Amino acid sequence: MPPRPRARVPLHPRLAHAAVPLLFVLLCVLGAIAGHITPLFLIREMLARFARNAVLVLSLLVPILAGLGLNFGIVIGAMAGQAAAIVVTLWGVRGIAGFALAWVLAAPIAVVLGIATGWLFNRARGREMVSGLIAGFFANGAYQLVFLFAVGSLIPFHAREVLLPQGFGLRNTIDLDGIQYAVDDLIPLRVVLEGSPVRVPLATFAIIGLFCALNLFFQRTKLGQELRAMGQDPHVAAIAGIPIERNRVIATVISTVFAAWGQLFFLQNLGTLNTYSSHEQVGMFSIAALLVSGATVTRATVGQAILGTLLFHTLFVVSPIAGRVLLGDAQIGEFFRVFVAYAVISVALVLHAWQKGSRKSSS
Amino acid sequence: MVVEAAAPAERAGALETLREQLREVGIPRLVIGVFLLALFGIAVATHMDLRGLITDSLLRVARNGLLVLALLPAIQGGLGLNFGLPIGIVCGLVACVITLNAGMAGWPALGLTALIGAALAVPAGIGYGWLLNRTRGQEMMVGTYLGFAVVSGLSIFWTMAPFHNSLLVWAIGGRGLRTTLTLAGFYDRLLDKLWSFPIAGVSIPTGTLLVFAAACALVGLFFRTRAGLTIAAARSNPRFARAAGISDERTRVQATVFSTVLAAVGIVVFCQSYGFVQLYTAPLLMAFPAVACLLIGGATVSRASLTHVVVGTLLFQSILTVALPVTSQVIQGDITETARLIIQNGMILYALTRRGER
Repeated sequence: MPPRPRARVPLHPRLAHAAVPLLFVLLCVLGAIAGHITPLFLIREMLARFARNAVLVLSLLVPILAGLGLNFGIVIGAMAGQAAAIVVTLWGVRGIAGFALAWVLAAPIAVVLGIATGWLFNRARGREMVSGLIAGFFANGAYQLVFLFAVGSLIPFHAREVLLPQGFGLRNTIDLDGIQYAVDDLIPLRVVLEGSPVRVPLATFAIIGLFCALNLFFQRTKLGQELRAMGQDPHVAAIAGIPIERNRVIATVISTVFAAWGQLFFLQNLGTLNTYSSHEQVGMFSIAALLVSGATVTRATVGQAILGTLLFHTLFVVSPIAGRVLLGDAQIGEFFRVFVAYAVISVALVLHAWQKGSRKSSS
Repeated sequence: MVVEAAAPAERAGALETLREQLREVGIPRLVIGVFLLALFGIAVATHMDLRGLITDSLLRVARNGLLVLALLPAIQGGLGLNFGLPIGIVCGLVACVITLNAGMAGWPALGLTALIGAALAVPAGIGYGWLLNRTRGQEMMVGTYLGFAVVSGLSIFWTMAPFHNSLLVWAIGGRGLRTTLTLAGFYDRLLDKLWSFPIAGVSIPTGTLLVFAAACALVGLFFRTRAGLTIAAARSNPRFARAAGISDERTRVQATVFSTVLAAVGIVVFCQSYGFVQLYTAPLLMAFPAVACLLIGGATVSRASLTHVVVGTLLFQSILTVALPVTSQVIQGDITETARLIIQNGMILYALTRRGER
């Protein structure tokens, strides 16, 4: 990637960027030592968790490039992915064909929802992040309306085994065994760690690599360059004749579609769908994961997305175990990791607004 | 000729005033109002216990009123919708736990709890306001996530805090506060029952309503005092205010403190009426329904009044109360929660995306 001019910020930027991930590494290492966690155990956990979450985190990059900030609306993309997973499961299409079909089905839904979200972001300029968050809540209501009430009553539905006993509405959990490990086991590979075979989702890693490459490639295309110009200075970009509003919608659509596909990766690894809650925390955890790498609201790279996913989910594994060993209560560790997720996002938002404010007042 | 020309102009004028009036009432307020009337209509048509519905509605209006009112100073101070309400709410919750732990009951307990809550909210509000001054333009997002972080951080506090009253901590292990603490025997519904009287089968929670009304009056009066006018002036024109010797940094902190203190007292009143203190994740999303109330009342991101607070709380809380029993006659399952999500967040989205509201 070509070197980019660094933004003029009052804090020493390199130090600030390195401080957050370093702090996180420290937390993880201390937690691992306290919880007596062996590296092998950690590797085994991380293989699955990285495969699950990486694409979701990568889906955040394009809106950041375009200056839209952190896209809290990826929750909406995740819902599109879930809708597709539900349909594929009902049709009984199994294995990699089922997964591919889910991808194909999820894309148009995500495109439509992405356009709607992008339109919303254009109406709420300067407030994209809070609007994205609320839009996610709103979409959750609409999602419930469809899957908890309309399915089986307004929408004809025959698979009674996935319906609630009342005859309409989907059950709280849906077994996705048809597409479970569809991609992970495309290239079956087991490595024996500590005497037990561990699944290495090689194909998933390959696709994650592909997504990384796609992101990098996209930044070099004309559209990618336009988005970068918009992210750096929307006024200059507008004068240069870049169709800002249209491009912002496109950036949102790309992000939403990636999020839908990312959620499908998540589900195929997990194997069960919590119909009404699997998507809820996708935005918060993905965004927190991106930010722990030192990424900011205005600047995030593919490398940071990967690093952040690894670091954040290491903490996710370590924290409850360390909590149990140190304080005799795994619950505290769980509270702690949620707290860290929210705190990391808060700090990033504060730093972003703070730096923006001081830049404005100094110029 | 002149007369003929005037007639269409007059008609256009009449149309204009109609449109103006419609704008004054606000389309969302109108839609929600009609929706509420329809719900009551169904209730009447199906011979439901209308008195019970109205009683419950009134109770919930009184219960939630202060939390909605707490948003007003923040808007007056130019901080937008205060999604950081949970910061004040947890101050009130800490106060509840402190007095419960000490085993206090009755009026002194309630008064002291509100006092401690308010006292805790002052430094919290100063810190929050200071941070919001550093993060201008992103107050709503920063407030939202700060609130989330504080609530989740407090979750750790609840499990580890040195409270030992056996009524509050888990029976097993003897450590960590329970998720829900009952107020029965402490100050459960104390205000609700104060001077409470039945009228046409509807019981009026006089005490809580009076507290809400008094708080409204207090806020209204405050914004007529010198300090209050200063806050509003700094909001509407920071540069002019600065020229007049008013620092809008100061007034914004004052507004935040005021909002946070009201939230702390508000949650104490809420708990008193609800009969339970809910800890851990319960306060996480409490700001959003309150914000929706205010917006339904006709407020915008930058403008709000006492009328908006009262009307909005009446409309939204009544809908939430009436919707469940009424819809459950038609639809199986609880559609209220889903409807709440859609109305509440649709309303907030509408407010955030209104053009010319910066």
